[in-house]
Amino acid sequence: MAEFTLPKNSKVKEGVTHKAPAGTKNIRRFRVYRWNQDDGQNPHVDTYEVDMDACGPMVLDALIKIKNEIDPTLTFRRSCREGVCGSCAMNIDGTNTLACTKACEDVSGDVKIYPLPHLPVIKDLVPDLTNFYAQYASIKPWMQTQSPAPSRERLQSEEERKEIDGLYECIMCACCSTSCPSYWWNGDRYLGPAILLQAYRWIADSRDEMAGERLDDLEDPFRLYRCHTIMNCAKTCPKGLNPAKAIAEIKQLMVQRRG
Amino acid sequence: MASAYQIIEHEYDVVVVGAGGAGLRATMGMAAAGLKTACISKVFPTRSHTVAAQGGISAALGNMGQDDWRWHMYDTVKGSDWLGDQDAIEYMCREAIPAVIELEHFGVPFSRTEEGKIYQRAFGGMTKNFGKEAAQRTCAAADRTGHAILHTLYQQSLKYETEFFIEYFALDLIMEDGECRGVMAWNLADGSLHRFRSHQVVLATGGYGRAYFSATSAHTCTGDGGGMVLRAGLPLQDMEFVQFHPTGIYGSGCLITEGSRGEGGYLVNSKGERFMERYAPSAKDLASRDVVSRAMTIEIREGRGTGPKNDHIFLHLDHLDPKILHERLPGISESARIFAGVDVTKQPIPVLPTVHYNMGGIPTNYWGEVVTLKDGNPDTVVPGLMAIGEAACVSVHGANRLGSNSLIDLVVFGRAAAIQAARTVKPGAAHKNVSSGVEDAIVSRFDRLRNSNGGTGTAQIRDKMQRTMQNNCAVFRTGEVLEEGVKLIAEVNAMVPDLKVTDRSLVWNSDLVETLELENLLGQATVTMNAAANRKESRGAHAREDFPNRDDQEWMKHTLTWLDGKAQTKIDYRPVHTYTLTKDIEYIAPKARVY
Repeated sequence: MAEFTLPKNSKVKEGVTHKAPAGTKNIRRFRVYRWNQDDGQNPHVDTYEVDMDACGPMVLDALIKIKNEIDPTLTFRRSCREGVCGSCAMNIDGTNTLACTKACEDVSGDVKIYPLPHLPVIKDLVPDLTNFYAQYASIKPWMQTQSPAPSRERLQSEEERKEIDGLYECIMCACCSTSCPSYWWNGDRYLGPAILLQAYRWIADSRDEMAGERLDDLEDPFRLYRCHTIMNCAKTCPKGLNPAKAIAEIKQLMVQRRG
Repeated sequence: MASAYQIIEHEYDVVVVGAGGAGLRATMGMAAAGLKTACISKVFPTRSHTVAAQGGISAALGNMGQDDWRWHMYDTVKGSDWLGDQDAIEYMCREAIPAVIELEHFGVPFSRTEEGKIYQRAFGGMTKNFGKEAAQRTCAAADRTGHAILHTLYQQSLKYETEFFIEYFALDLIMEDGECRGVMAWNLADGSLHRFRSHQVVLATGGYGRAYFSATSAHTCTGDGGGMVLRAGLPLQDMEFVQFHPTGIYGSGCLITEGSRGEGGYLVNSKGERFMERYAPSAKDLASRDVVSRAMTIEIREGRGTGPKNDHIFLHLDHLDPKILHERLPGISESARIFAGVDVTKQPIPVLPTVHYNMGGIPTNYWGEVVTLKDGNPDTVVPGLMAIGEAACVSVHGANRLGSNSLIDLVVFGRAAAIQAARTVKPGAAHKNVSSGVEDAIVSRFDRLRNSNGGTGTAQIRDKMQRTMQNNCAVFRTGEVLEEGVKLIAEVNAMVPDLKVTDRSLVWNSDLVETLELENLLGQATVTMNAAANRKESRGAHAREDFPNRDDQEWMKHTLTWLDGKAQTKIDYRPVHTYTLTKDIEYIAPKARVY
């Protein structure tokens, strides 16, 4: 008999509301997903009223203010706060993005914050990225060459170097992969947009000499071909990269080499 | 106490703490040398703050005109205001060239010249012919050089199948009989505690920029290695030297690379004047960072700051070719748009000197071995302990680091530490005993902090510390302000017994992480303030208005500062190494430092 309701402990319940002190003029409500494996409770959404007159502009500023002043148990990853380390990737207002570069004023109404979707949650906004990182390692993302290295740098023309623009800038935040319905279904076998973008970064690098082997590794109904050009990856990337285009380039190379 | 927690035992030849540029380069080299190597990091490696380095990595490759490592060395010595150790500086500048070539061979996506070589840009204080004219020595991957290098080093470590312990927070060094025998760490994912026994522990934990209220540093830059070293009863060196980067974005403090001035950008005051011409007639906007930060501070103090409050300076890039901005400075164009609402092709960026780098740190020799002053010997090696990168003080940066010399420091000394570990550690050798009291003390401290039940939250104490450092240990300093700072920091230390930690869990308890980080920061803030009050001269980043001149007679020496369990400091000194490594270059004698 098929089960049509979610298991009991997976239902997200309404949590507590932390009201702003009386007299606060510029209040914004932040509705944040909470889950702590230690307390035995269901996941819940807590509401925090934040005084925006005493808060920085970004969603991360608000989360830090909540942690500092309202609820020190609120848990999330963060580091550089300038959009280069990829730590604070989360789902804000329905879109995967970096909390540190997402302005509160770009969200209308309550600011709803959830962990990146379709990953196991460790606590609150901290997802488990183990599988994502393992998939990254699986594509051998380092320069592979057979010819002996010269005593100086390998030469690369400006045009050749341009081929990896839009690829090497990836910060591994996993926003794209966890926005991809195909990755939601087949995340165990499909590499997903972030990892395929990285795979193409090495195929496209004129200095790498293993493009053939790299394509062999990707020639698989799941690893590569679960991309159905849904394009959520390109839409959501907080760095403005286009993983879907990189995947299309890989597919094109596959066709070309079949002759 | 230890029995209350599950402790998992590990044995390695070497354990590296930290997975930024220095930690990864050391880890890779040690693993490649056949040592059983573990790398512990509180963040996934590509989240380390090396990722945020922008402008580039210095090496006298000579791709953009003639260059020589001796010129690089001269610039570094002058930049350090003669507080750098010249043997270590010679080592770094010589090794810089093969180190960058090695990075290119690893796959770093450097920008290219027309001939396909690594592109190099001008940077502050980098000159040709011993100060004669500006050099293009800083190798760049657009303005994302740190990102490019960090990701590449992580990729290399995957190639060598390094053993990582990711999102493990290092608690304390296991010290016995004056030597380091390992490190204890806490696994955030499942809350377990881990004992890593090793023949060498390599601290590559970065700087402690977050001791200040406004810093370009990441939230995670809490100097955890320096904190552990202080608790182990060892001194930190030259902690009074804190670099303010001239161009942090006004408000957010996010970094705008010095490479923006290297590509032709310039600073103006509210009168539209390019004021750097007055302060550094020759190098102008490309004088070294301490000089530019002081000039900007003076302009603002004298009422010539820009903006409605006259409290910042404008950085102009709008005269540059949009193509150059797009190709060479895409990252900061994005940062300026997001954090200052500025289109750099049309508007200036509002900037302010912002805490950026710690020249001080754990004293080491140029092989990365931690040294201390013991029985009159200032170069006594602490067995089993190494330090590299911003956590360390080799000292190659002395009183002021030159831009793009930090990335080269990471890879050169990360590699040096690996070479030295391969020389001194016998793979698979038996580990010395650790008495149970040592471990007990570490776990007790962890447990005590976890159950802190006072009335003052971590964030409150941290805020007071950060504001004290910002107000009392800034670009310009006086005896009066520093003495007040010493008192205020003592007050912050006095708040610690009243600490309150709200989250009691063990899995991803970030409240407790921040508390452990606060203790690390506060130890270093205390040492910094006291060392600054103690040094009665002006040198590099330490500018005393009551002692405006450099005093080589009295003060050409490294400050060593110890901290006891009651937050009391003790100060002593190590001599500056006034000799070079080889006969290929003479000792560069001190002279007046003008740009």
